Amino acid sequence: FLVQTHSLQDLQQPAVSSKVFVQRDYSSGTICRFQTKFPSELESRLDKQQFEETIQTLNNLYAEAEKLGGKSYLEGCLACLTAYTIFLCMETHYEKVLKKIARYIKDQNEKIYAPRGLLLTDPIERGLRVVEVTIFEDRSIGSGR
Amino acid sequence: MKKCEYQQIDPQALPTPTPTPPPHQGNEPGKKTEPKRPKKKWEVFPGKNRFYCDGRIIVARQSGVLPLTLGLILVTSGLFFIFDCPFLVKHLTSCIPVIGGVLFVFVIITLLQTSFTDPGILPRATPDEAADIEKQIDNTGNTSYRPPPRTKEVLINQQVVKLKYCFTCKMFRPPRTSHCSLCDNCVERFDHHCPWVGNCVGKRNYRFFYTFIVSLSFLTAFIFGCVTTHLALRAQGGKGLVFALQESPGSAVELVICFFSVWSILGLSGFHTYLVASNLTTNEDIKGSWSGKSGEDVTNPYSHKNIFINCCSVLCAPMPPSLIDRRGFLPADESAQTGGTDIELPTLATKSEINVCTQGTKGLLESAALPPLLSTSCPQGKPQTAHPCPDSSPTVNSEPSPELSTGCGAHHTASSHGDASPPRHTKTRSKKCKRAALHIPNPAFDAPVSPTSPDTGPGSKARGHKGASFAPLH
Repeated sequence: FLVQTHSLQDLQQPAVSSKVFVQRDYSSGTICRFQTKFPSELESRLDKQQFEETIQTLNNLYAEAEKLGGKSYLEGCLACLTAYTIFLCMETHYEKVLKKIARYIKDQNEKIYAPRGLLLTDPIERGLRVVEVTIFEDRSIGSGR
Repeated sequence: MKKCEYQQIDPQALPTPTPTPPPHQGNEPGKKTEPKRPKKKWEVFPGKNRFYCDGRIIVARQSGVLPLTLGLILVTSGLFFIFDCPFLVKHLTSCIPVIGGVLFVFVIITLLQTSFTDPGILPRATPDEAADIEKQIDNTGNTSYRPPPRTKEVLINQQVVKLKYCFTCKMFRPPRTSHCSLCDNCVERFDHHCPWVGNCVGKRNYRFFYTFIVSLSFLTAFIFGCVTTHLALRAQGGKGLVFALQESPGSAVELVICFFSVWSILGLSGFHTYLVASNLTTNEDIKGSWSGKSGEDVTNPYSHKNIFINCCSVLCAPMPPSLIDRRGFLPADESAQTGGTDIELPTLATKSEINVCTQGTKGLLESAALPPLLSTSCPQGKPQTAHPCPDSSPTVNSEPSPELSTGCGAHHTASSHGDASPPRHTKTRSKKCKRAALHIPNPAFDAPVSPTSPDTGPGSKARGHKGASFAPLH
């Protein structure tokens, strides 16, 4: 019996034990930033430093997406001159960075989080409100609830 | 109607909207009709919005007076091009219709963009998130008889800001976010709910709105000036104004419309220019959040303290993405979690929060004036209710495509009964009232806001924006 993909085998096993939500950090205003405080529920599974690094990189990526600079002003002015119709045809800078973020999260999941029975959910799936970390039952303990 | 594509949920992979076709039956437990077709997220959207073109276009449930706005602009501009332009081209310069045409195109495009763009709606919290937040509130709350206050304080740029808990969306609202009761959504950087465009004005469509009112001011002033010049030229040589009006009756209509609207629109543009320069929202300005009314030393923590940077950050910042992912597919297990809205979808006729499926863009304008219950039943793929939905795009791929035209099918007979509908009665209002209740930020009532304007009509001739009856937001 050949399992098609590695993930299919995993699918049958883990039950979700709990979810941790990393909330937004509004200390610098309305820009998208997440709190880097290490949640206590993850202490047994993950390094504090690893987690902080992930969140910090995410914060940097979102800052890059929302950055005000010469390039974004140019894009904005050009858009205004065309009555913003270019938004219908062009992918905006923000969307490009969001794709980058999606790739980064997938990468982090594969390399760091999945082996520890954790899963990061892309914040865009949650309206950029939280970073959801799903904690799966540890399979070595046996089937959970 | 559309091609069925379904995705299998895999915990190891993040759910993505690109559909892959393993067939799967019976995904939603409550659905009585065919389970084969996967639902798109806009079909189960909990807010009071309506969707067209398979989720590409979003409007508030009540379109307010958007048809009136469009009608006035089209009629005035039409009369301008028909009656005034030929005369002025002959006597002055042919630049006039060109300038008028450019302004007109700008106005229409930005108006439609303001009306149809997601203003920055925040999706509601998932049940897990809501439970987590409740847990946190209970932990910090007291055990006394009073329920714990649902506010959270944060420090933003050394300024204390209170975040309120939204009971509808089950989350703490981010700063500058407000819940619009007309649309039943939390909207980021909420400015106000504009009945003239039939949508909220928030973070994502503020720049469209601002461009719309500025270009409309230019257009109105331009038409007013041209009509005056036209009539003056005609009345030359002792012929008199009455003679001129008789020769060009359309100009009289334009004159009246423009005269009464130019002041309020110019005033509104000026007001919003001030808001943009100080990085404020209408909501904050009216509530006096940062004006230090309470005596304490408060300043706007979001302002960059520089007019140029404020303007750029509001108007030229990178366009934020829509957070509600209207056209993504619902994963199987989430559809069960979204609760009642999902299960009730087959019996949409009784539901007040209606999501309408594809109608043509022309049908959109007419049906936008329909009472909400009429334009119901999103029956994509349902054989028995195929009627309201046009059999438009049988071959349209459900993959997102940038052009609107393929998604919107031919407009359908459902739009034909759009004649007698509540918002139409606004036409009976006098023109004076038009500029009165300009923008009503989130009134507490649910009815169309237009009826209230006659009260404030005569009294707010001068500067409509501040004088109108703004209701405070919660």
